[in-house]
Amino acid sequence: MSKPPSAPKVASLADLFALAWQIEADAVERYKLLADQMETHNNTELVKVFRDLARAEGIHADEIRRLAGDIDVAAHAGRIGRWQGDSPEEVDLSAAHYLMTPWHALQMALVGEKRALEFFTGIVETTKDEKVKKMAAEFVEEEAEHVNLVHRLLRKYPEPAEGWAEDPDPPNTVE
Amino acid sequence: MSNLDVRPACKPGDYKSDVKPIWCPGCGDYHVLLSFGRAFAQLGVPPERIAVISGIGCSSRIPAYTNCYGFHGVHGRSLALAAGLKVTRPDLTVVVASGDGDGYSIGGNHFIHACRRNIDMTYVVMDNHIYGMTKGQPSPTTEPEFDTALSPGGTGLRPFHPLVVALASGANFIARCFSGDFNQTADILVEAIEHPGFSFVEILSPCVTFRPDEKNWKNLVHPAPVGATDDPAKAARRIMTDDGFNIGILYRGKRLPYRPEFGAQVSDASELEKEFEL
Repeated sequence: MSKPPSAPKVASLADLFALAWQIEADAVERYKLLADQMETHNNTELVKVFRDLARAEGIHADEIRRLAGDIDVAAHAGRIGRWQGDSPEEVDLSAAHYLMTPWHALQMALVGEKRALEFFTGIVETTKDEKVKKMAAEFVEEEAEHVNLVHRLLRKYPEPAEGWAEDPDPPNTVE
Repeated sequence: MSNLDVRPACKPGDYKSDVKPIWCPGCGDYHVLLSFGRAFAQLGVPPERIAVISGIGCSSRIPAYTNCYGFHGVHGRSLALAAGLKVTRPDLTVVVASGDGDGYSIGGNHFIHACRRNIDMTYVVMDNHIYGMTKGQPSPTTEPEFDTALSPGGTGLRPFHPLVVALASGANFIARCFSGDFNQTADILVEAIEHPGFSFVEILSPCVTFRPDEKNWKNLVHPAPVGATDDPAKAARRIMTDDGFNIGILYRGKRLPYRPEFGAQVSDASELEKEFEL
């Protein structure tokens, strides 16, 4: 449905850490699922791309956990409710294709990173809590860096030529 | 306090098995699997208290991908299996998974009578309007004009209307979901499981391989304009006049679930044998 995803409310620094951690944890889960799909369909190049993306998001999640100190981010995330719709970095599973290329995967990642950037920017612009604003601004810098990184990777993987999804032995051929 | 009471709440991932799904990338059923995990976690029912029963088809592979008890049964017979399980083990949460081929064609008769019996279980049909696993034959919900190599020019047959059939047959809870909105689907599954009696949840789940046109469903689905009713006549009118893309809970009935009374447990097999003596 075309309604935009709505986030749980950020009322404290603990909420912000928990949500930021949840965003990364969701992304890890989603990329792992996509890597498994590609493994099943023998698209080995994409298995590596999605596993690398999952690993990168996992590192971010660990970093947020470290920054949160004594706050149990996983437990707190469970208490503050969840996103309506996909969380920012939960990339669109329905966009997957068994012949997809790294360019497609990075396009998916770019959408996710931009949504996360938008989310944290929104917090910076609206929160009245100085501590939340300061930390959210750090997350904005971080996400902006991720967007730049994906753009740099996209230069390595140009858009595939038309017909990339053509399969000489397609699965939907009736024998 | 039992061990179950003190263990920590399950997370959605705890309901996922180590078996990797073999659905096509982009298939809506991946989202349904995520919805199952979220719904079960939300209900707080541990995996060993849930049984996921299925028939045959792409969607029916789902029990293997969960950590719950499961039975990948016979084509079209998932409801019969599940009914037997639920009446003998009413303590279990029984969820039945099917597709439009398995559930409405070969399993059509079981569907009608499961609604009629109103046993307390939840029937989830992942409807993609095609037989995907067997390479794209038209199913009971395929549009009459849908052209395939196996049905040139389309079948010309009026599609089956599962929600109306469910209502007319006595289902106690009827909802339609879209797989892509898996959080909402999870919420609806929670309500379906908690509602007493036979709950029927149709999930529009695109088949990206044989029905790539269904990728557009995400632009067609919309919330039902009014909330659920408990009046079957109103529900029938609403369901009959909608465009097939109304999403939400459409009917919550008040029928009491069927709970058979069993006599005293027979411990001696010879007593049972006497009942069959000629």
